[in-house]
Amino acid sequence: MLALFYIFIAVAIGVSFWQITRIMNLRSVIATDKDNATQGKNAIYFMVFLYAIMIYCLIFMNVIMLPESASFEGEHDDNLFDITFWLIGVVQFIMQFLIFFFTFKYKGEKGKKAKFYADSHKLEAIWTITPAVVLVVLIGYGLWQWNNIMDLSDAENPVVIEVYSQQFRWDARYAGEDNTLGLGNVNYIKGINTLGVDMTDKNSQDDKQVTELYLPKGRKVHFKFRSQDVLHSAYMPHFRAQMNCVPGMVTEFGFTPKYTTEEMRGQSEVIEKTAGINKIRKAKGEDPYVFDYVLLCNKICGASHYNMQMKITVVEPAEYDKWIAEQPTLASVIK
Amino acid sequence: MSEHHHKETFVTKYIFSQDHKMISKQFLVTGMFMGIIGVFMSMLFRMQIAWPEKSFSIIEAFLGPHQTDGVMNPDMYLALVTIHGTIMVFFVLTAGLSGTFSNLLIPLQIGARDMASGFLNMLSYWLFFISSVIMVISLFVEAGPASAGWTVYPPLSALPQAIPGSGAGMTLWLVSMAIFIASSLIGSLNYIVTIFNLRTKGMKMTRLPLTMWAFFITAIIGVVSFPVLLSAALLLVFDRSFGTSFYLSDIFISGEVLHYQGGSPVLYEHLFWFLGHPEVYIVLLPALGITSEIISTHSRKPIFGYRAMIGSIMAIAFLSTIVWGHHMFVSGMNPFLGSVFTFTTLLIAIPSAVKAFNYITTLWKGNLQLNPAMLFSIGLVSTFVTGGLTGLVLGDSALDINIHDTYFVVAHFHLVMGVSAIFGMFAGVYHWFPKMYGRMMNKTLGYWHFWLSIICAYGVFWPMHFIGLAGLPRRYYTNTNFPMFDDLSDINVVITLFALVGGFGQIFFIANFFISIYRGKKATQNPWNSNTLEWTTPVEHIHGNWPGKIPEVHRWAYDYSKRVDPKDDDSDYLHGQDFVLQTTPLLDGEDPS
Repeated sequence: MLALFYIFIAVAIGVSFWQITRIMNLRSVIATDKDNATQGKNAIYFMVFLYAIMIYCLIFMNVIMLPESASFEGEHDDNLFDITFWLIGVVQFIMQFLIFFFTFKYKGEKGKKAKFYADSHKLEAIWTITPAVVLVVLIGYGLWQWNNIMDLSDAENPVVIEVYSQQFRWDARYAGEDNTLGLGNVNYIKGINTLGVDMTDKNSQDDKQVTELYLPKGRKVHFKFRSQDVLHSAYMPHFRAQMNCVPGMVTEFGFTPKYTTEEMRGQSEVIEKTAGINKIRKAKGEDPYVFDYVLLCNKICGASHYNMQMKITVVEPAEYDKWIAEQPTLASVIK
Repeated sequence: MSEHHHKETFVTKYIFSQDHKMISKQFLVTGMFMGIIGVFMSMLFRMQIAWPEKSFSIIEAFLGPHQTDGVMNPDMYLALVTIHGTIMVFFVLTAGLSGTFSNLLIPLQIGARDMASGFLNMLSYWLFFISSVIMVISLFVEAGPASAGWTVYPPLSALPQAIPGSGAGMTLWLVSMAIFIASSLIGSLNYIVTIFNLRTKGMKMTRLPLTMWAFFITAIIGVVSFPVLLSAALLLVFDRSFGTSFYLSDIFISGEVLHYQGGSPVLYEHLFWFLGHPEVYIVLLPALGITSEIISTHSRKPIFGYRAMIGSIMAIAFLSTIVWGHHMFVSGMNPFLGSVFTFTTLLIAIPSAVKAFNYITTLWKGNLQLNPAMLFSIGLVSTFVTGGLTGLVLGDSALDINIHDTYFVVAHFHLVMGVSAIFGMFAGVYHWFPKMYGRMMNKTLGYWHFWLSIICAYGVFWPMHFIGLAGLPRRYYTNTNFPMFDDLSDINVVITLFALVGGFGQIFFIANFFISIYRGKKATQNPWNSNTLEWTTPVEHIHGNWPGKIPEVHRWAYDYSKRVDPKDDDSDYLHGQDFVLQTTPLLDGEDPS
């Protein structure tokens, strides 16, 4: 594949020099009937090329896509995405066909007369109203889902977690027994208190600071995001979740994990994608990859932006309870 | 205006010229120069993305202290994407596109001797020139140029501790942009005033070519939104240099707490995108205007739905000023605002669809003269549709959450505004080159240029959607730290190869352009058999455009292939030819369309 492209480049450069020297002597400037015929055919060839890469990508790149949503809230995102994508896919195929087919079909010829057709209120009404009607559906579903995701008020007994960002790492703080996070501010950052937690606040005492996220399956997780320096963005693609971390304010997002990490590893989509990745890694002599959820930074934040990540593990609720009980409270760590 | 014949020196003719035709050429050549820099940068960072650990002598040669053994440093990668974005959006597609064609065409197509203020017009160019020079100088600052992304969000852009490029490089960026905005505002005001006041007799607003409508509305959006960017930049200067806290609060960096209290980066995001989104249309509308004109002329057909086209330009312009929040769905702003912005954003699909359908209907049953200008216009419609459709995904806040700031976004906006606008610009150059230089560009090179460009444009940006859907964030120096993205590396190599070929392919254009200036075939007065006024001026440029009186206008610009009996396709052409100049009086009983 690569060699083919290098050859293509070499040919392109060679041909261009030959053409430029040859062509500038011709001084042909306005399209003749012959040009119209050639370019009309080229439009069809190009259309074939375009359809080929469109279809190729749509079929063969399926395997690299993110797997099915790992959060309950994300199910509707996937749904809405599928609807939107089918819709724009169909429109795309039709429109591109019309553009390039018309270019070919109506190429200029001597003696041919173009149709004088300046407007039609009927046609214009059709293509104003049709998109409008379709949009009503998309907007309606979209807004319903948006409210669904962004409304965090109705969750019963959510797991409250602060995700804390700085150049170039993530930390997390669990709210502990009282399920309320203690206050935090950069002024409290000192020594081991790297998240700037106000230790005089009684809610802070049972908070637990960790470097990896453990989430219980089936329970709503309520994230609160903070940043101590620049903008970051907590992006958890498998859960269809993302929120910026903004210095000076607390932002929020929430979702309910649907599959544990183990369950996800067993899914056919994930198995297929992992196999593809491991084939590549093996060729390069690297360790095999095992699927894990990940939180990555998705807002440009400085030189090591590309390496700012945190592992997420989703486990059964019982296992989660065991894990969280083992974590030391802040009061016991920060004296 | 200047019918008096004063003696021109080299300086007044070629440098401090007040003639709109010369100024337009100055804009074009400066824009092309900046474009070469911008595209070259993209080729460098695409090489880094495709082959992250590989050493390249070209990188060693160009990046000097910002590379190690031929591999660029992460800081420099971010600087390159930042400056690439800034240059392409502002210097090429705003100044290069609007500056060139608004200046060239407004007086010529409305029938004016020059712009309302020749002096301000000259000032507009020279401010643009100065800002370009400053932007280029910023590349040579020791710590590197601005590198916080083209949106330069604070605090990253405000704190040199956060990234080295936010020191002197960022200062120069802000100075350059402030001057650029002044240039753009002066230009826009001039365009608006000229179109309002200097139309020739008979040139009613409803007879203006669509290019004029597009430039006119673009200038209005510019005047409405650019000052907001200027104020955003000024407040950022205050935060950076005078200790204010408009955008900054509660920051702990490099082991110390900074004094900033009470500001919010979200405020900056609002101010930035209040320009930033209309900017998309400042870039795109002129290209669409140019396309309308070219598709109609080369189809030998009237543009379909002239009034609907004007209406959709206006609707897009209006909506463009109330959708900026769709760049901020995950910024932490109130979710209710997100709902509002989703609604307004998706509405833009309606006027955009009208435009696309109208272009296609204009092609239908035409007599298409497939000159390079026409092909680029058709290419524009194609990329505009492809890129525009994915806007339905991104504009929907619920879907945006998961693809925000991924390569899906990069693919979307490059197709819908980058490639489309640059195609519009190429189309304009091929079409109006005879008006600029009195000579024609070579068509065969034009064909090569077009097919190579559109194949590479799709080769780069179509697969890019899919790596975005795989979750790959943009602005990553390398994605080797995430095994989950390992299977995307081959696709990135293919994309880069297309980008390199497409980048080098622009040599066809540059060679054709410069050789044709001196050696191209001499142009005739109206080479494309077009209806508009600019083709009634002599081929040789003269001050004041028309040697005698300014012609009077009697009809709209799109009477192509008009028949004696408009309802009968088989009847003869009106006036015996397939075009009727706008200066031709209406016949008795003729339907004015």
